[in-house]
Amino acid sequence: MIWIDRLFAIAAKEARQLKRDRVTFGMIIGVPVIQMLLFGYAINFDVRDVDAAVLDQSRTSLSRQLVGDLQATQVLRVVHEAGSERELQKLMQRGDARVGIVIAADLERRLFEGDRSAVQLLVDGSQPSLEDLAQGLGSMPVLQRAGASAGGEPHFAIRTEYNPARRTAVQIVPALIGTILTMTMVIFTSGAIVRERERGNLELLITTPVTRGQLLAGKLLPYVIIGLIQTTLILGVGRLLFGVPMVGSLLDLYLGALVFIAASLALGLFISTIAQTQFQAFQMAFVTMLPSILLSGFMFPFEGMPEFAQAIAQVLPLTHFNEIVRGITLRGATLADMHVPLLKLVVFLVVMFSLAAARFRKRLD
Amino acid sequence: MTVAISARGLTRRFGAVTAVDGIDLDVPRAQIYGFLGPNGSGKSTTIRMLCGLLVPSSGTVKVLGYDVPREAETVRRKLGYMTQRFSLWDDLTVTENLDFMCRIYGLNATTRRARMEERIRDYDLASHADQRAGTLSGGERQRLALAAATLHDPELLLLDEPTSAVDPQNRRDFWENLFALVARGTTILVSTHYMDEAERCHRLAILDRGRIAAEGGPKQLARDIDATVIEIECADLTAARRALAAVPAVRSMAQLGNRLHVLMHRDAVEPERELGAAVSALCADARIERVGATLEDVFVAATQLRRAGVERAA
Repeated sequence: MIWIDRLFAIAAKEARQLKRDRVTFGMIIGVPVIQMLLFGYAINFDVRDVDAAVLDQSRTSLSRQLVGDLQATQVLRVVHEAGSERELQKLMQRGDARVGIVIAADLERRLFEGDRSAVQLLVDGSQPSLEDLAQGLGSMPVLQRAGASAGGEPHFAIRTEYNPARRTAVQIVPALIGTILTMTMVIFTSGAIVRERERGNLELLITTPVTRGQLLAGKLLPYVIIGLIQTTLILGVGRLLFGVPMVGSLLDLYLGALVFIAASLALGLFISTIAQTQFQAFQMAFVTMLPSILLSGFMFPFEGMPEFAQAIAQVLPLTHFNEIVRGITLRGATLADMHVPLLKLVVFLVVMFSLAAARFRKRLD
Repeated sequence: MTVAISARGLTRRFGAVTAVDGIDLDVPRAQIYGFLGPNGSGKSTTIRMLCGLLVPSSGTVKVLGYDVPREAETVRRKLGYMTQRFSLWDDLTVTENLDFMCRIYGLNATTRRARMEERIRDYDLASHADQRAGTLSGGERQRLALAAATLHDPELLLLDEPTSAVDPQNRRDFWENLFALVARGTTILVSTHYMDEAERCHRLAILDRGRIAAEGGPKQLARDIDATVIEIECADLTAARRALAAVPAVRSMAQLGNRLHVLMHRDAVEPERELGAAVSALCADARIERVGATLEDVFVAATQLRRAGVERAA
């Protein structure tokens, strides 16, 4: 039992130091909460109240009605009336308007004949997610009203499954579990070992009978618990503030999170075997963080990425964990249903931990 | 077995630099063995090779009868190591640090309690038991480090410049502690660059640029010194110094208060007369006498003379 006692001795020491390090301890709670509030409120893929400018060349009751209909969707908010095409262009160039609505002078005739477009929508392509909006507006029945030959019904009715209200928070918050864990876990562990190396503690530790396994596992143990606390925190805040549902089993989610936490810690451990200073460790952790956030399907749909980016994403544990989390929390899948991404996580964990253990020597050279 | 450490042809290179260059070493049991040498002479590198932290580039090491680094893990249970820099945890208290080290060495609860109590008493740490190590003074930290290194009653203690951040009184106390350990049968290898500490060792090796320049007991080393030591008292020491530098047999000079301490070639005939002649024009009442060599003389003779020899040969 000496074996496990030593492991616990290391873990207890690490936990005690962590408790005394107020800044780090504060980050354990602070980072998830702040990120949650930031991401949960700020990231919003449902576009509303986009500033628009109207160039009404027809100036008829029909054109005014049309603009009113567009405003009624709440997607657009007409803030400018442009007098000329030139003025409209200027407004968009300055960013005063993101969308320009050009109504042709012969609006009624064009609508009646139906072979030329009566209304032109100019969309600022420099802004993300506005293009989708134009697509949506273009198929709106309002633009086909007033005696148009085609029926008022759109051809497709779209219903969003699992997130019927199409609220961004529902998509974002579950994925935040993994994102926040990636940030904290990798940085904490890589720092924890490098700090001891920097301060000279490691030189003493490796001349004791403690084994590599005890040392590495003992250092990770407190962070596993911290990871689970953070998971709980994110789920709780997500539920309270953003009403994110939890369809699947909580136990399944925690088991999945456990594997992901271990995988992230193993990555941090691996970094700590390369980095010589805490600053280097932090930079390396950051290098893994950015692709994780960008490529894991947290922000952009995985399917839309070029092949090489998909290949990178496959290596990142966050990609697979996001898959698991969304499956369990939103679609009510079981962990068994998610065995493919789970297995990939396990493979990542085993490979990373082995690499870290192989690189970590009880020597200075 | 009377030898705690034996090394043959121990060498360590870092890239193009040879930090330790073919050292042969025999450290007897239950004695204090000193490594005396300037910074960069290979003291730390040698100690690190002895406890398996660095792998020798060539040569063999046996520590307590075990092959190092092959059997380093076995040796580590019987070895205490005090690093040059304080390497316990600043943010843990004295008691917490000791308790942690006890657990790492696998001591059971009863032994643990007894050992900690004993060390805290022996090393005068009782009034600081609940103080964080980071807030201790240099002397206190060093007592704590020694207490931690001896918790598991090691047969061999390796101390790498243990007193470099400690005042003279604390250094004296520290050495008293070391002698108490030796009396109980512990072997101690200590590196230092203080002459007075080297003087206290049973045996010592003078290290110079990765090699052993001289080895033996401090008394014996002083007796066997490869130089004649002369002291000169003179009114104008600066001028005397300049005059003596021209004397070929003079190898080195050091000023001690109003005296000049001169190391001369051993084969100089009538060294007093030769020096007297050199300074007679400067001060008529110069007092010149032959004195016994100090360990510092031995150190200077062994390192600088060897260096001069190397330069002459080159």
